[in-house]
Amino acid sequence: MPVEELDPSHYPATRAAKVAEHFINTRYGSPFAWFGSSGVKKAGLEDMGVLGTKYHIEFTLKEMTRNVKSSVILYDMGLCSAEVLFHRADERKPPQVQCTCSGAFQVNTSAEEEDLYQRLRNATSLLSGNSVGHIDPEMAPFWHLGGVASSFIMLRESNESTLLNMAHIDNFTQMTKDAQLMFQYDILLHDMVSQEILKWKLLLSWSPDGGVKVLEAEWDPKCRSCERAHLTVTTGIAAEQEMKGDNNNV
Amino acid sequence: YTSSLKYQGESHHSIYNWMDSLVTEYPNLVSKEHIGLTYENHAMYVLKFSTGGSSRPAIWIDAGIHAREWVSSATAVWTANKIATDYGHDSSLTSLLNKMDIYLMIVTNPDGYVYTHTSDRMWRKTRSVNPGSMCRGVDPNRNWDAGFGGPGASSNPCSDSYHGPYAHSEVEVKNVVNFIQSHGQFKSFISIHAYSQLLMYPYGYTCTNVPDQAELDSVGRSAVNALSSLYGTQYKVGNICRIIYQASGGSIDWSYDIGIKYSFAFELRDTGRYGFLLPASQIIPTASETWLALKHIMEHVRDNAY
Repeated sequence: MPVEELDPSHYPATRAAKVAEHFINTRYGSPFAWFGSSGVKKAGLEDMGVLGTKYHIEFTLKEMTRNVKSSVILYDMGLCSAEVLFHRADERKPPQVQCTCSGAFQVNTSAEEEDLYQRLRNATSLLSGNSVGHIDPEMAPFWHLGGVASSFIMLRESNESTLLNMAHIDNFTQMTKDAQLMFQYDILLHDMVSQEILKWKLLLSWSPDGGVKVLEAEWDPKCRSCERAHLTVTTGIAAEQEMKGDNNNV
Repeated sequence: YTSSLKYQGESHHSIYNWMDSLVTEYPNLVSKEHIGLTYENHAMYVLKFSTGGSSRPAIWIDAGIHAREWVSSATAVWTANKIATDYGHDSSLTSLLNKMDIYLMIVTNPDGYVYTHTSDRMWRKTRSVNPGSMCRGVDPNRNWDAGFGGPGASSNPCSDSYHGPYAHSEVEVKNVVNFIQSHGQFKSFISIHAYSQLLMYPYGYTCTNVPDQAELDSVGRSAVNALSSLYGTQYKVGNICRIIYQASGGSIDWSYDIGIKYSFAFELRDTGRYGFLLPASQIIPTASETWLALKHIMEHVRDNAY
């Protein structure tokens, strides 16, 4: 199929890049590696007929935890090339992503991860936290973990009419000190397109070897009649999905 | 005086008190005008920067129309102080204020702003009661008479983009509309939002180009170059409909369609890493870089009278 060139600053490219960001977080994210993008360089659209619509994008990848002061110059991870396939809206399937990134984009965080992991495994009590806007620097890895875990949901919930970001972590609770550490998170997502705030409860596991996995996820509608508000503005999303077991949907 | 303000998340009372102190400190430049009451009977104030004259051409800047976008109002506070302190020292700003007035509304949705402090940090809309619905509020940037009720706005009162029962149904919007129309001399209308790092011009309600597309695009790109020069912050420039989404009932579409050519909307920092919860440490950098863009636009308005 011919690929139609797109303006990389227009929203179709921006939305596709956001999906690729979420995909990268599900594969490579950790409490010390949380990825975003800083602008699409090139974009193309390929009509895949019954399969859906495929976006070909090149964008700059950023790691978002390293420069946390006033600067917006996030840590540059180089260029990524991605193909993002949005299935037809009526199929309600999550987008499919393939992505390759240049150079040494995988940050080496094994020392920090191992350190945090051992501290949590050996602690006498289970950790929990909440934030009223302000994040204690010591809690930052748990904010990043929540952001990475949110990407699993945001990847699954994305379509051509969404642009999802994590808006806030209301609270998190460590559930176990087992080899797979488990946490429950109450998270708010923001969809820039509908402007809705979406409340999700996540159960996730993390270990340096196993990475981040979302075990269960539940959407909490703001009110009964709001269910329909959410559905009418965004398309292709089932009202109450629960995700169990394997989070591999691409 | 501004050192007493932390900028971020100040209560609207302390912002209003600070506005009074700015007027007291710069009585020959700054005054405060009351333009009406909100749904919950809060006063709506606009700061007027003027060196005299009567019916001078004017520039309108509003911030905080969406309650959760706190960095917008924080930027407006810094900007108000910047204008007051730079007048008489910065030759470009001084020449601008010798010819034109600047009106700056720091908290355009006081009811919503209060609600983000007392109840829900993520509130966006006004706080009007919607008859027959449990859900309150109308999206004040879908409520203007510009393609009202069209795509990109919801008819569901529970939605964060609910357009309201009719155009200008929200008293907050109506107050601004009345003010702008009775003033009659506005040459620029600039609305400040967050987040996404965008500088946009009309239209949102349709993807058709405005007649002044080329000029607005050029001014926007130069403004963004100025902004980026400070910290390297990257912004995108374009019309609302192509850059972010088709959205009907927006304020800068309304202002453009009543003849205010230089109509722009900012979406400030960031691009989603913090979103609405931009850390306080980023306010002054955000305001400082945005000022360079605002100044560029205002200079263009000054130099291109119509």
